[in-house]
Amino acid sequence: MNGKLVGAAVFVLATLCLNPVWAQETTEVDRKSTGGAQTLEDIMARQEKLKIDEQFRSDNTGDPANAAPISEPLGTLGGRSDADAWRGVRYDNINIETQVRNPAADVLIQNGGIGWYQLREGPVINYGGGALLGIILLLVIFYFVRGRIKIDGGPAGTTIERFKAVERFGHWLLAGSFIALGLTGLITLMGRSFLIPVMGPDAFATLAAGSKWIHNNVAWAFMFGLVMTFVMWVAHNIPNKLDWQWLKAGGGIFTKSHPSAKKFNAGQKIVFWTVMVLGVSVSLSGLSLLFPFQMPMFADTFGILNSVLGTSFPTDLAPHEEMQYANLWHSIVAFVMMLAIIAHIYIGSVGMEGAFDAMGNGQVDVEWARQHHDLWVAEVEAKQGKGGSS
Amino acid sequence: MKVMISAFVAALVIAFAAPPVLDQFGWSSAAQTSSESVRLD
Repeated sequence: MNGKLVGAAVFVLATLCLNPVWAQETTEVDRKSTGGAQTLEDIMARQEKLKIDEQFRSDNTGDPANAAPISEPLGTLGGRSDADAWRGVRYDNINIETQVRNPAADVLIQNGGIGWYQLREGPVINYGGGALLGIILLLVIFYFVRGRIKIDGGPAGTTIERFKAVERFGHWLLAGSFIALGLTGLITLMGRSFLIPVMGPDAFATLAAGSKWIHNNVAWAFMFGLVMTFVMWVAHNIPNKLDWQWLKAGGGIFTKSHPSAKKFNAGQKIVFWTVMVLGVSVSLSGLSLLFPFQMPMFADTFGILNSVLGTSFPTDLAPHEEMQYANLWHSIVAFVMMLAIIAHIYIGSVGMEGAFDAMGNGQVDVEWARQHHDLWVAEVEAKQGKGGSS
Repeated sequence: MKVMISAFVAALVIAFAAPPVLDQFGWSSAAQTSSESVRLD
């Protein structure tokens, strides 16, 4: 059995290696006819996305020491022609001096732009957008299969304070800003593909400018809400053994049981830490984008990853590449957050009877609280001397 | 619900306050990349 598996793996690898598209064959080109310059074969190979050794032109950037004296014919051209100089610019191996005060001012041509654009317009939109539609579809199916999670035996009619006003304020500051950032981010990312064909470039330009303003400035409210909710709830979200029991019972979603939980159950803790970790990451990459070229982070991050994991991520990044990585990372992390938050919104609203009240007015039905957070209710009642419902 | 709406209003207030506050600290891209004497604003 194992022999067959190994044989199959060898066959697949051999097939991939012999396939010119997968193997990215390097073509040997004879450039004598052009005196070492680019040939038609080079252009054709590049169009077929074959790997080309660019050294024949990246090193061909002239030599000022070879310049003919200015008194001789062609002396004024110097040892470096325009083509030589532009090849130097193209491969970033000549010294460019500028009076412009900008970290990116001396980078005139940068390779990563095409790759960034293709990733952004292709996989990021396709997989990210597909995942959003997928989670919404899954939740609709789940709703029709499982139905709304009701309070067993119906509501008690008496309530208990679940969240104080300051806790709800922090939650809604974070939630409201996140929704605004998510929508404006999607408009910015996908508008070119999906909105311009529908509404035209002029109307979209206004929408895009408004989205950019909202996205750039509401971001501060998101970061403030993130810090606020972290400070208020981190103590209640430290994982413990009880969470494992809750997870093993699947939160009681399918078994219609009610595993014990304190103020936050394991599912809520997962949402909390997802929001915190990804929220910090999306904020840092967002700050890097808000202050272009001022906060490069990826070269250092890649350096740490390389030293820890033994990977070989690039660490010599042009300022523009830093921005491109920040942009891609910002989008990917935001999509993962949106997936988690859509599920959170579902279970906190239409998915569970009585759940929205916790953040709506802060008062939840006692029976709901006993079924979903029994240990927390016991703690509150012990503090209030058993008469804690209001 | 009052708390929810007040949080949304607070998010808007923070959003409107952000540009002048950042400008006050000289944290605009323009300030980072050019001197006052060559800026049009």
